[in-house]
Amino acid sequence: MAVRLFRGGVHPPDRKEATASQAVARAPLPERIVLPMSQHLGAPCQPLVAKGDRVSRGQVVGSVDAMISAPVHSPVSGEVVDVAKALTPSGARVMCVHIHPDADQDLATFVPIDAAADDVAAIARAAGVVGLGGAAFPTSVKLVPPKRSPIDTLILNGCECEPFLTCDHRVMIESADAVVAGAARIASAVGAKRVVVGVEDNKPDALEALRKAVSEAGADIETVGLPTRYPQGAEKQLIFALTGRVVPQGQLPSSVGVLVHNVGTAVAIHEAVASRKPLMERVVTVAGAVAQPGNFLVLLGTPISDLIEAAGGLVGDVGRIVAGGPMTGQSLASLDVPVVKGTSGVVVLTAEESAPHVDGDQPCIRCGRCVEACPMDLHPFAIASHADRRMWFGVERFHGLDCIECGCCSYVCPTRRPLVQLIKSGKSALMVKGVKR
Amino acid sequence: MSDRSSPAGVAASHVVGPAPHIAAPLSCRHIMLWVIAALAPAALWAIGNMGAPAIVTFGVGIGSCVLTEFAWNALLKRTQTIGDMSAVVTGMLLAMSVPPRTPWWICMVGGIVAIGLAKMLFGGLGFNLFNPALVGRAIVMMSWLGVMSEIKTPAGVPAPGGWFAALSVPASGKLDAINGATRLAIAAADRAGNGGYAYDLAKQYGPLLLRNLEGSLGEVSAGLLILGGLVLLARGIIDWRIPVGYIGSVAALSWAFGSDPIFNVLAGGVLLGAFFMATDYVTSPITRNGRLVFGIGCGVFNIVTRFFGPMPETTTFAILFMNGLAPLIDRMFMPKPFGYLRPAKAVKADA
Repeated sequence: MAVRLFRGGVHPPDRKEATASQAVARAPLPERIVLPMSQHLGAPCQPLVAKGDRVSRGQVVGSVDAMISAPVHSPVSGEVVDVAKALTPSGARVMCVHIHPDADQDLATFVPIDAAADDVAAIARAAGVVGLGGAAFPTSVKLVPPKRSPIDTLILNGCECEPFLTCDHRVMIESADAVVAGAARIASAVGAKRVVVGVEDNKPDALEALRKAVSEAGADIETVGLPTRYPQGAEKQLIFALTGRVVPQGQLPSSVGVLVHNVGTAVAIHEAVASRKPLMERVVTVAGAVAQPGNFLVLLGTPISDLIEAAGGLVGDVGRIVAGGPMTGQSLASLDVPVVKGTSGVVVLTAEESAPHVDGDQPCIRCGRCVEACPMDLHPFAIASHADRRMWFGVERFHGLDCIECGCCSYVCPTRRPLVQLIKSGKSALMVKGVKR
Repeated sequence: MSDRSSPAGVAASHVVGPAPHIAAPLSCRHIMLWVIAALAPAALWAIGNMGAPAIVTFGVGIGSCVLTEFAWNALLKRTQTIGDMSAVVTGMLLAMSVPPRTPWWICMVGGIVAIGLAKMLFGGLGFNLFNPALVGRAIVMMSWLGVMSEIKTPAGVPAPGGWFAALSVPASGKLDAINGATRLAIAAADRAGNGGYAYDLAKQYGPLLLRNLEGSLGEVSAGLLILGGLVLLARGIIDWRIPVGYIGSVAALSWAFGSDPIFNVLAGGVLLGAFFMATDYVTSPITRNGRLVFGIGCGVFNIVTRFFGPMPETTTFAILFMNGLAPLIDRMFMPKPFGYLRPAKAVKADA
C-alpha cells in the first residue's frame, strides 16, 4: 500500500544498535517497590491499603471511581511499609504505596482481575492498562469510542521513532503472537474492519516476526514498513501515513474513524483478556552511558537506580538521565524515582550528547529550520517568542494549541532556543485562561 | 556548572533540562563559519588579483564590523556576541560589495554603519529589518557618490586579456567616456546608444566567470560565487527558493527585455546578492512560498531598475527594498496547520 509522507520531521541518530538485538531479561527483584497512585493521565487513585498491610501479587492497591483513570496493582507479594508522597519521574511528588517485597517471590502467579468475561474495555480498566508508548492514557477510555463516530480502522503503533528505545522492537519480535492476538481483540471490541501495524523500516526483523505471526494466526492484519523519521510514531502523522486521513484540529483520531494503540499496549490487553493478568510489569530499555545496555522486564515501582545497576551502572561523563526517549522524555533530577507504567526507557546521555545548556536569552535568527522541521506545519519560532513575552494571544493566533510537543523545533534550533518548552508554557497558560481547543 | 550539578549526587557532570535532551549539531556559529568558507574562494581570488588594496578593504571591513559589535556590547554591558561570527560575515559581504580601492576610512564608516545602525540599534542579531552589509554599502555609496564612482581599475593591475578586443569599440572617440567602467555600465551605455558600441555580451561570460577586474571585490569571479552558493545549498545552509527565484527572474526578465540573460546574471551583484545577501535569514521571509516570492521580487526590482534606472548597479537597493517587504510576505504566506479547520467550521465541529 502507498505510504504517505508527513511534512517536516527530523533524523536524529537512532542509537538503537546497542540494545536492538538484546533479548528482554527480567530485572532483579528490588528491595523496595514504590507505586505512585498517578501513573496515568486522569484522576489519581486513592490508596486502598494501609501501612502494615500484607499484599499479594496482582492485588489492587489503588483505585478511584472516575472515568479517566486506571487502578494500580501490586507487582509483588509483600508488606506495605508506608503510604506517603514520593518523587516520580515527572518531577511531581505524588501519593505512593511503598511495599517491601517478600524475599521469596512467585512471579508466575498473580491475583487475577475481576471483570465481565466479554467486555474488553472493562477488562482493560480492571487490569489498569494504559498506553505504554509513553503518554499513559487509560486504554479503557479509548476502547469505548464515541457513538457518533464509528471506528473502522485500528492502527497499532510499532514505529518507536524515539532514538535509543528498543522496548517495542523487542516486544514485536519476542511477543509477536501476543501483539497480533491483542490487535484482534481490540479490533473486535471497537468494530474496526481494517487493522494495520506500522513499523519504521529500521526494524526489518520486527516486521518479519509480525508477518510470520499474522500468517500463522491467519489474521487479517496489514503490516506496513514506514520511512524512519521522527516523529513517525506521533498519532496524527501515523494516521496520515497509513490511511491518508487528516485528524482535524483539536479533535481525536476517532473523528476520522481511527483508533491508535501502541504494540506494547496490545500485548497488555491480550494478557489481561486471555489470562486475567493486571498490568504489573513492563519492558524498559536501559541504554546510553551504562556498562551493559539492554531491555529489561521490570516490575512497576522498581527504583530507576536499581535498574541502572542492573544494566551495570553508569559509565563516563553522565549528562542528562532521561525517563523515556531523548526527544520527549523527562530529565531526571534524582534516580530515586520508580519505573511507572509510561516509562519506556531509561536513557543515560553523556555530557557531550546532552543538549547544551545555554545561558541567557538566545536570539531567533529566523533561519526557518523549526518551520521546516515542524510536522504540524506550525511556526514554532513565532509561537515561542509570543509565549516568551507572555503574549498568549499570539500563541493562540499562531495555532500553538495544535503543537504535539514532539520537540523537533528545539532539536534543530541553531541558537538553542527552548522552543517546545516555551510553546508548552504558552499552551498551559491558554488552558488556564480557558481557551478551548 | 557546579550550581547545576546533580542534586542526587549521581555524578558531577549530571544535569537536568527540558526536552528534547539531544540537539542537532549545527549551531549558529557553524552556520556563519560555513558562509565564511563559501565566500572564501571568491574573496581570496579577489585578493590574489587585486593585491594590497583588496587586503586593506577586507581587513578594514571585517575589523570595523567586529569592533563595532564588540564595543557596542562592551559599552552597554551586554553579553558579548562577536563569537557567533555573524559580524565577520557582514564585514566580508561589505568588503565584497565595494570596489577594491575604496578608501579605508569609507570602509570603516561602512562597517560602523552596518553593525551599529543596521544591526545593534535594532537589537542585534535576529532583530534587524534590513541586511546590515547592504545598509552599510548603500549609505557609503550615497554619501560619497563622487569618490566611489571615480574609482577605476587599479593602475598596477594588468588589464584582463582580450578585454579591449572583446569590447571592439568603434574609433568614434567615445571610448574615454566608458574606460574603466564596469561591464554593466558599458552594456547600459551600449543600450542607450542603440548598440552603437556593438558590445558583445556573450563574449563577456568568460571574464565574468573567472576574472573580472571592473567592479566591486565580489564581482571578480562569478564562477567562484556560484561554487560557494552551491556549497551552501548542498550543506542545507540556505534554502534554494531565494537564489532560484532571484536568478530565475533576473534571467527571465532580461530575456523578456531583449537582453542576454546569462550576461545579466553574471554581471553586477546578482550572484553575490542571490546566494549570500538575499538569503540572510534574519531579513528574508521564513515561509516556504514567501521565500520564492521574495527571491522573484528581488530579481524583478534588480532588472527593472538596471534597465530603466539611472545607474545599472541596483542589487543593493533591490534586496533592501524586499527586506522591507519580508514581514508582509510572511504574513501573506502563513502556512495552515496540519488538520486546519476554518474557524466557522471549527465551531460547528466543536458543537
